[in-house]
Amino acid sequence: MYEFVRGPLVWISFIVFFLGSLYRIVAMLWMAKKDKVVYPYLSLKYSLRSLLHWVIPFGSRNMRKQPEMTILTFAFHICLIFTPIFLMPHIILIQQAWKISWWALPKIVADIMTLIVIIACIMFFIRRITNPTVKFVTFGSDYALLLIAFLPFFTGFLAYHHLLPYKILSLLHMVCGEVMLMAIPFTRLSHMLFFPFTRAYMGSEFGAVRNARDW
Amino acid sequence: MGEPAEKLVIDPGIDETIKKLSPDKIEATIRKVLDKETAARLKVYLDTCVHCGLCAEACHYYLSHNRDPYYSPVGKVKQTLWEIVRRKGKVDASFIKNCSRIAYTECNVCRRCSMYCPFGIDMAYLLLVVRRICNFLGVVPQYLQDTVNSHAVTLNQMWVKQDEWIDTLQWQEEDAQDEVKDARIPIDKEGAEIMYSVIGPEPKFLAQLLGNIAIIMKVANIDWTMPSFDGWDNSNMAMYSGDFEVMARVERKHYEAAFKLKVKKIVMGECGHAFRGAVYDGPKWLGWKHPPIPLIHAIEFYYDLLSSGKIKVAKKFPDPITVQDPCNVVRGRGLGEKLRYIMRATCEDFRDVSPRFEHNYCCCAGGGVINCGPPWKKTRMEGNRVKAEQLKATGAKVVVTPCHNCHSGIEDIVNYYKLGMHVKFFSEILIEVMDIPEALRA
Repeated sequence: MYEFVRGPLVWISFIVFFLGSLYRIVAMLWMAKKDKVVYPYLSLKYSLRSLLHWVIPFGSRNMRKQPEMTILTFAFHICLIFTPIFLMPHIILIQQAWKISWWALPKIVADIMTLIVIIACIMFFIRRITNPTVKFVTFGSDYALLLIAFLPFFTGFLAYHHLLPYKILSLLHMVCGEVMLMAIPFTRLSHMLFFPFTRAYMGSEFGAVRNARDW
Repeated sequence: MGEPAEKLVIDPGIDETIKKLSPDKIEATIRKVLDKETAARLKVYLDTCVHCGLCAEACHYYLSHNRDPYYSPVGKVKQTLWEIVRRKGKVDASFIKNCSRIAYTECNVCRRCSMYCPFGIDMAYLLLVVRRICNFLGVVPQYLQDTVNSHAVTLNQMWVKQDEWIDTLQWQEEDAQDEVKDARIPIDKEGAEIMYSVIGPEPKFLAQLLGNIAIIMKVANIDWTMPSFDGWDNSNMAMYSGDFEVMARVERKHYEAAFKLKVKKIVMGECGHAFRGAVYDGPKWLGWKHPPIPLIHAIEFYYDLLSSGKIKVAKKFPDPITVQDPCNVVRGRGLGEKLRYIMRATCEDFRDVSPRFEHNYCCCAGGGVINCGPPWKKTRMEGNRVKAEQLKATGAKVVVTPCHNCHSGIEDIVNYYKLGMHVKFFSEILIEVMDIPEALRA
């Protein structure tokens, strides 16, 4: 079991993640042809202008209006993406498999970043159940998505600090991470894949057609 | 929690038409729209939305109802399109009734929310998809449908007949000549520089605006014309009912009139939705990337007249005055700066609004909502308390609305919230303040 999760399942999850993502993006680009307005209006300049305003914290009016949420989401997404990529134990595993490695985060920094993800998930959960506007549009799937993002970090944190039996936890951690990877292309976690494209289109429509700003 | 208050509005366009619906018809219609007409945008928007609710702060309905979740943009999509897609079109007639009410009367498709969504999801587009479905099912508020029927039959919005139209132009020409001798409304002048087009309600209710433009054109010495035939009306309610076939006929006719008259460009009166229809929604549907002939909005036209000195200001308008940024020409065309230029050029005491430019609140009349008629007036009034507060905060006595929908909508709001303001078109200010040379005076 442990060997399967540590070996073949890692491969499977990466393949599912990459091929699945590729499939979703290609399918979207193909469907965009049917949606006849998309390609004619796309503009690189206005796409980048829009993306720039929306990847910089407080770059849009809505972000300035809701500073707590802005800080929370930026901290969450930055830590969620960069912690697993620059985590020493992950890099070591990859080095053992492929003989390649890269710069790793200092342990304490990685630890804090993991905690940020965990805390942010809890805050998102609280926001979902207490904010009436968010609660009104919340489905079971929204909790499931939050859980999928939460568990790899939570189990990883527990395992790293040996707070529970290490062997079981690291197994759980790997399974959760693999589930998350495989879920990205096929759930609404795919917003990660689509973000640049939806912004590019809206940025182009606002910029090139409407001569207006979209942030 | 945000359950809707009991809705007691009676509208035969919705209440009676749903009686003719069968589950099969509903499902087949929904399938047709979702499978044949929508593609990447709908799919990706549905798959990308993380239900975060950050769009809510954008919506004047939501803000005016004390942040009632029912009125948030995502809340409206949840109650309509999400359910339709989730149930694969297997929804009943009462559900369609609800969809029709939400999509036609509780959303102005003003697109403010797409500026607040981190992904740039176009919720106005999603609500327009719902309207498209309701249109095919024939469940459209009666007043709105009547304007669409008028477009379909007469190619103008108000059942104006050609003889009435020509008669109105000539009557207004005479009226204008009382002020400025030789003021003209040149009809069907081939090869003129400009074709001026208006919306159907101008000859119907606001004919003096046609007289005003005759004076302005004479003073500025513009070579212009208006068509005596179909295509003079640039308004387009079919765009908002979801009847895109009629929308396209109206837009095509408008441009054909310009080509027939061999003009260099079209200038349109102070209307926002007409601009949206003529500049992008219409051309998009007709497969044109851009309008086939340059078309400019009144704000731009007056900006050109004032900045080039073709019209000079004799004495600026003295009272405290503010302005409404119409969504479809400010968020829809970036004319906010030019609008402020012409306001400052003609007014002594211009007081700007906040929020402004692209972030301005919709008047709550746009998107066809005011065209849903008297049954839905209360929806508009309660749905835009923030507009009343925003205008009140300026301390102005007059508000300029360079858009017909804004004009009527804000007039209603001014009365409902007892703001004690006057609502004027920009041309009315211009007529008051511009310098009419002695030689031209009647």
